[in-house]
Amino acid sequence: MAETVLESRPDVLIDFDSREQGDLRTEEMLINMGPQHPSTHGVLRVVLRTDGEMVLEAVPHIGYLHRCAEKIGEAVQPYQYIPYTDRMDYLAGMNNNQGFSLAVEQLCGIEVPPRGQAIRVVFAELNRIASHLVSLGTCGLDMGAFTPFLYCFREREMILDLFEAACGARLTYSYITPGGVHDDLPAGWADRCLEFLDYFEPKIDDYNNLLSFNHIFVKRTSRVGVISIEDAIGYGLTGPCLRGSGIRWDLRKTAPYDGYENYDFDVPIGTPGGSDNVPEGVIVGDCWSRYWVRVLEMTQSVRIIRQALQQLPGGDSIAPKMKNIKLPEDEAYVEVENPRGQLGFLVVGDKSAIPSRVKARGPSFCNLCITEKVCKNVLLADVPAIIGSIDVVMGEVDR
Amino acid sequence: MTQLASNQFSVRSAEDGVCMRVFLWVLWMGYRVFGPILELLMAMFRPFAVAIYRIGGPLVARMAGIILIGAVVSVCLGVWAHALLFGFVDDSILARAASAGVTVAGPFDHFSPSTWGLTPSQIAAQLHVVGGVWDTVSGVARYLLWPVQFGIVRDLIGVGALIGLFNVIPVYTIWWERKVAGRIQSRLGPMRVGGWHGWAQSPADGIKLLLKEDLIPQGADAPLFRLAPYFNIIPSALAFVALPFGATYVFRELDVALVFILGVLGVEVVGVMIAGWSSNNKWSVYGAMREACQMVSYEIPMGMALLLPVLTVGTLNLTKIVEAQSGGWFHWLAFDSPFMFAGFIAYFVASLASCKRAPFDLPEAESELVAGFLTEYSGIRWSFFFFAEYAVMFVVCGLAAILFLGGWHSPLPASWGCSLGDAWYMRGVKGLFFSGPIWFVAKCVFLLYVQIWIRWTLPRIRIDQVLYGCVQVLLPLTMVLLLGTAVWVWASTSDCPTWATIQRISRYTLGGIGAFFVIGFPAIAVYGFYHRRSLVGNLVQDAMPGS
Repeated sequence: MAETVLESRPDVLIDFDSREQGDLRTEEMLINMGPQHPSTHGVLRVVLRTDGEMVLEAVPHIGYLHRCAEKIGEAVQPYQYIPYTDRMDYLAGMNNNQGFSLAVEQLCGIEVPPRGQAIRVVFAELNRIASHLVSLGTCGLDMGAFTPFLYCFREREMILDLFEAACGARLTYSYITPGGVHDDLPAGWADRCLEFLDYFEPKIDDYNNLLSFNHIFVKRTSRVGVISIEDAIGYGLTGPCLRGSGIRWDLRKTAPYDGYENYDFDVPIGTPGGSDNVPEGVIVGDCWSRYWVRVLEMTQSVRIIRQALQQLPGGDSIAPKMKNIKLPEDEAYVEVENPRGQLGFLVVGDKSAIPSRVKARGPSFCNLCITEKVCKNVLLADVPAIIGSIDVVMGEVDR
Repeated sequence: MTQLASNQFSVRSAEDGVCMRVFLWVLWMGYRVFGPILELLMAMFRPFAVAIYRIGGPLVARMAGIILIGAVVSVCLGVWAHALLFGFVDDSILARAASAGVTVAGPFDHFSPSTWGLTPSQIAAQLHVVGGVWDTVSGVARYLLWPVQFGIVRDLIGVGALIGLFNVIPVYTIWWERKVAGRIQSRLGPMRVGGWHGWAQSPADGIKLLLKEDLIPQGADAPLFRLAPYFNIIPSALAFVALPFGATYVFRELDVALVFILGVLGVEVVGVMIAGWSSNNKWSVYGAMREACQMVSYEIPMGMALLLPVLTVGTLNLTKIVEAQSGGWFHWLAFDSPFMFAGFIAYFVASLASCKRAPFDLPEAESELVAGFLTEYSGIRWSFFFFAEYAVMFVVCGLAAILFLGGWHSPLPASWGCSLGDAWYMRGVKGLFFSGPIWFVAKCVFLLYVQIWIRWTLPRIRIDQVLYGCVQVLLPLTMVLLLGTAVWVWASTSDCPTWATIQRISRYTLGGIGAFFVIGFPAIAVYGFYHRRSLVGNLVQDAMPGS
């Protein structure tokens, strides 16, 4: 009998029992959607207690990608720490850099010149598009739609080419540093970027026709993993997970930074089915709503980038570099809107060049907590749908 | 509760023990004696092998291509060649012997020594060595081909052709799927292996899989684990036995061919379940459970949809069903009535589910179950499952072609070809334009293309939705279609002229709709090809050629 399995696994905090339902005796299975799995986004381990195909409980286990990033923050100077922030949420490197840079700037009182701010916005929004492309593609891939994934990556290649032209790297940029941006834009970059935007906007309609409004995809993701408003706020969800449940909260609007108040854009939220392009059967807060919020955010990002490139001011792109800057004995906590949610950095200085504490509030870490609440009495095939719609990046969860 | 030991190979009796020991001793002595000899031979030939590899590497790659293409062509011709061969032997040896008065039995009647066919000397007695190269050549050929008058030899040749087909079809379907998948996904697919568009990718993968480590998971039920692939691959090979490629090109013409093929394909379920259970892996068990539900459930609408042509024609014999569709495009059974048209679509969907193809590929759903019931399989065992899957794909497409799309008849009526006469050189033309195995293979390939296209476009359906679709949608639909077809057939037996008009109108309308789709598809493809630059976007075409 299988009870012996559990006694040697005290780290799994679930009770195991076999139940009698009338004449049918069913046993629950404890299975491990292990760190190596094609559909957990990164090294996420989810232990599932299932009764046949019905998942009764899902407990995520994390820590497989822990690299002591916060501890390292206590050993290097802020300028040297920027590459570590790249690797936290590796799909949104620019946004991570921006968050940390803003925290250090607030701590040290550094003013970013307007051109630096505008360039930061352009790159952050481009990275938002790139990150959402990965998210949409992998969401489709988890559902078995192999083709939209490759279309999204084709567009992402264009964006990575733009990034590479500006800073030399495709994934870990270290481009946005305290004070502004590391280097100014190369000549002709803005034109190439606008060309890309013109090419990219009609593609979103392609993805909608292929995946978003695909009947099978809608049936797989609508009404699945519904997060209510109370749960969303109670569990501290942010980003598309929060906005998919109908709450219009975006740090770029509520606490603007880097000049976001100068740009005109909307904040999309999840809407019920039947209205406004949304297919019938969709509830606010289900997987499809979160997916759709990301699609709409891509169009808004395109708007922002266009405006930023039009209004690109002249001047310096970085504040005058102050070498060997000593951090004041103070602390600064700044949150920015990552593609995945609110990313916060706390930097505590102690009059030396090296901070005494760096803490990162990873949005995926908080968003992942909802898995346990939501994956109750769903089918096994819904678990990848839910995790895919929450869009976790383990680098950010484990740091 | 007794625990079964993991090593199940306990010796049952003293005799078994002695036999086992003798067997092992023979093996050991063979290794001791022949091992050094083999090593010596290898040492002698190693320099030659190295030289061949170094000098002839590129040459061997091209030659391998030629050899392989030759193999493909000859295997396909094997389907035709053995019929030609048997015809030649029948005509020139047996018929001549019969006309010369020697008693001779048919190929399958050799039961007693008195009817043991013609000996080579008897054949030699009939050779007419009368000048002329052709007479000499054919005489020598007849002498050499004397074994082929026996049915057992004919069967062996046929089995060889069948095994060749069964191996080559999946290999090239896999390559083709990868190319089509690549084009749909804005990339190229295999390009390097073998040169031209990676045609050798599949055989190369096959060789790689042969060389992989034979891995059986710890705690797995080893005998069942080893047995499971055979439950999949043998039925799919057996299905080729009854599948006719042409009017005379069938290994065994069975009067119950349809039921035979369906029954044989049903054994696949057992193989998958054994594979899932014996892997000692909960994910494999999931895949096996899902697959059991799905495949078995979809057999019902599939069978009922397949009964529609049987009702219409009145026989289960696949050859006769095709003969009933020999009037050209509008006489194909798919266009016979609206019920048959819907039945064709219902059968196609049900066959997708029964082959575990997307959107019904839950049993091997990569993103959820790692690989479902195939998780623990690697190497040649895995490729057995894969071969079986692609062979079954071909068989169900073949059934669709035979039962709904006119089998080996071209869209032109076969009767138009009668005016071409019966000369041997006209047979190829008639086969190409009116009625021949090439049309059957072309239709199968088209249906395979549609299957591949659907797989790489649509997401996967969840198991409860799969079963909902089967029981609440497809099953009532096929029942209604069955009823409708029965009424249609009964009405057509009555000699009512209005009914005949109604039938003719429906047949031509449906045929027109079918022609619209079939012609529209290449038209759209051509349009897409000419406008590919503007459809994909300038940026992509410049930056990523091949997208």
